[in-house]
Amino acid sequence: MKALRNFLDKVKPSFEEGGKLAMFRSVFEGFESFLFVPDTTAKRGAHIHDCIDSKRVMSMVVIALMPALLFGIYNVGYQHFLVTGQEMEIGSIVAYGLACVLPKIVVSYVVGLGIEFIVAQWKKEEIQEGFLVSGLLIPLIVPANCPLWMLAVATAFAVIFAKEVFGGTGMNIFNVALITRVFLFFAYPTAMSGESVWIGTEGIFGIGGASNVIDSFTGATPLGQVGVAQGVVTPIITNAVGTEISTLDMFIGLIPGSIGETSKIAILIGAVILLFTGIASWKTMISVFVGGALTALLFNQIGTTPIMNLPWYDHILLGGFSFGAVFMATDPVTSARTECGKYVFGFLIGMFAIIIRVLNPGYPEGMMLSILLMNLFAPLIDYFFVQANINRRLKRVKK
Amino acid sequence: MAEVIRIKRGLDIKLKGKSEEVFGKSEPATLFSVRPDDFQGIKPKVIVKDGDAVKAGSVLFYDKANPEMKFVSPVSGTILAVNRGDKRKVLDIRIQSDGKFESESFQKVNPSSMTSEKVKELLLSSGFWPFIKQRPYDIVANPNEKPKAIFISGFDTAPLAPDYDFVIQGKNEEFQLGVDALAKLANGKINIGVNVESASKIYKSLTGVEIHEFDGPHPTGNVGVQIHHIDPINKGESVWTINPQDVVTIGTAMKKGTYDFSKVIVLDGSSVKHPAYYRTVYGAQILNIVKGNVVETTPLRYISGNPLSGRQISADGFLGAYDTQICVIPEGNTSEFLGWIMPRLKKFSVNHTYFSWLMGSNKEYALDTNLNGGERAFIMSGEYDKVFPMDILPEFLIKAILAKDIDKMEQLGIYEVAPEDFALCEFVCTSKIETQRIVREGLDYIRKELA
Repeated sequence: MKALRNFLDKVKPSFEEGGKLAMFRSVFEGFESFLFVPDTTAKRGAHIHDCIDSKRVMSMVVIALMPALLFGIYNVGYQHFLVTGQEMEIGSIVAYGLACVLPKIVVSYVVGLGIEFIVAQWKKEEIQEGFLVSGLLIPLIVPANCPLWMLAVATAFAVIFAKEVFGGTGMNIFNVALITRVFLFFAYPTAMSGESVWIGTEGIFGIGGASNVIDSFTGATPLGQVGVAQGVVTPIITNAVGTEISTLDMFIGLIPGSIGETSKIAILIGAVILLFTGIASWKTMISVFVGGALTALLFNQIGTTPIMNLPWYDHILLGGFSFGAVFMATDPVTSARTECGKYVFGFLIGMFAIIIRVLNPGYPEGMMLSILLMNLFAPLIDYFFVQANINRRLKRVKK
Repeated sequence: MAEVIRIKRGLDIKLKGKSEEVFGKSEPATLFSVRPDDFQGIKPKVIVKDGDAVKAGSVLFYDKANPEMKFVSPVSGTILAVNRGDKRKVLDIRIQSDGKFESESFQKVNPSSMTSEKVKELLLSSGFWPFIKQRPYDIVANPNEKPKAIFISGFDTAPLAPDYDFVIQGKNEEFQLGVDALAKLANGKINIGVNVESASKIYKSLTGVEIHEFDGPHPTGNVGVQIHHIDPINKGESVWTINPQDVVTIGTAMKKGTYDFSKVIVLDGSSVKHPAYYRTVYGAQILNIVKGNVVETTPLRYISGNPLSGRQISADGFLGAYDTQICVIPEGNTSEFLGWIMPRLKKFSVNHTYFSWLMGSNKEYALDTNLNGGERAFIMSGEYDKVFPMDILPEFLIKAILAKDIDKMEQLGIYEVAPEDFALCEFVCTSKIETQRIVREGLDYIRKELA
């Protein structure tokens, strides 16, 4: 550590204003503050500070995402070998999964952090760590077959137009990862939805490969299947090779879907980490589930289409509902910031997610649009609760 | 007596180096400094010059806006220097003590038999007035107003704060005289907030005051929190506040007929070898009490006041006018390898990403002054609310101040707060935002705009 510290201290001057490498100053500072917590002391105001900082917060979220990531890697491989009918061997499943997912993570971080570094250098600011989380969320909410160049374009769009133009971490109105997803969804609809995008059938880097894709293979996600079904009754949901999927399977998560969203066990572990550490608001999280469940129950009562008849617990277990509730809705920057507002914010996300799913034939998944919609309305929700506080103060005078 | 007011939100930060109820011995200070900046909201006009002889109670400067408001020397001796900074701003007035503590003459009086005008005149001309502060704005009380009430917080819950019960023991008579004088100044009552866990013998023996019992973590001892729960300040109203020891100072002068600015302060903190209480005088140099009594293995931070809202001074610095505490803690000017991911068992956090919550609430920490991170925009929400026991939305108020939106500041309750009320917000803030500075600037701004 000492040697590293000394090395950093030695090279530091060349990165400072006027130094040879001054153009990489923010990059240097970024890495320096990553390696060593800066020696800045409180100059005025409170002399002592809690040892929490935004790096700690962000890295906790990254840790909370790890189960979903690991399971996602496994599931990508699992689905591939399922539809190619090859022998299931854990080594090759993981290898295929890694070959599919790791490049996405790399692209997302390289593009996103690259832009952040440039902007930080340009604005002469410290690099902020918000993208550490967004950069991992992005690969987890895209289909396995999402082309890397699309991911790069979408990430660049989101970081520039959803974050940097608003002023960077903490200033954005919309969740950056979801803007990436929504950009992909509307810019490249064929690559983002349908039956063929969720499961890799081709080999990657010589791993796996479509020697003989099973004939009856259908890559539709469970929600996609329910969405296109005819009649009134909820159809039997099947996996890619036609075996029925039970509610327990949905919970475990070996089903087609975006990379990180399928396993509810992994998401639950993440949720426990986030709630226990207090990084995510339990108020928001619980409210999303309550709002979703109640709305689903309401539609069950109407019950005129297959998806209206989907039970509430299946609604919550399928698609990106849980992932969105745990990792997206609770983003403190884009969610409501008043404590009471969080209940309303969460509830409406859950409600709109189900409404979009059920009433909109175009999009089998509603979570993404629902969260973005409520991101937009979060300040309005806060406004009412702040106003209530103001009115209480005014009433005090009249008494 | 009304029922106990229980406060849930807040945070007791347990720091190492708390003092027992003992007095330390030290040579009396010989150098004193009166800083106009300690007295918020005044414009000093200095009337002494280098070499002038002064006594305790001799006028050093007055407020340009209220020339009858005098600021006096705490000791007798000679003026060493009137230090000025940019634009000839008065930084401080240095006084070399002659060690005799001679006093200007002051009449023994019984405030109960005086008129309100007479009491006011006496306090203003004698230099005791500046100890009375007002809210809104957290400044020296405006003598042209009559507050709706006066509040005294009888205890201090800040980390390592002195125990007021111990500090003012035996001063019943002086305290009663001080309270009698203050009672003449307000329209309403004199309210004293006491800690339900303390004996508070003196407070409970007083006549002419209303006692309110409080129970809860810091910042329950902040007078602002107590005001909020007893009789909150609305727009257009003002209340005055004063520290218990300063009430005693006023009472002492009235009883003895001399100026006696001595007070009891506590010297504590994890870098102090033998934390103890000391008798000293406001503005005194701390050199004699800290010399040889601190652990100098690392650079040290000397604080006049508590570690949350005190002011940084040097090892040969001076005690602030309102302060009753000198705190010495290590400077944290070292960088920590990958600190943000480490368990950091020796550091303290309210957040469960660290393990302080496992250590029990009685474990004491030796915190240093490191920020433990870089300043960011607001990211986490709801952090402030947990340590801010008032019906005010701290984050929204801070944002209104940053936006210089006077209407919103008023609506969100800026008149009720002082920077110290935001000290814990600053402590817990993930984004390391200087909330106390922002509130101070907000108060100054709104006062200037509305003047």
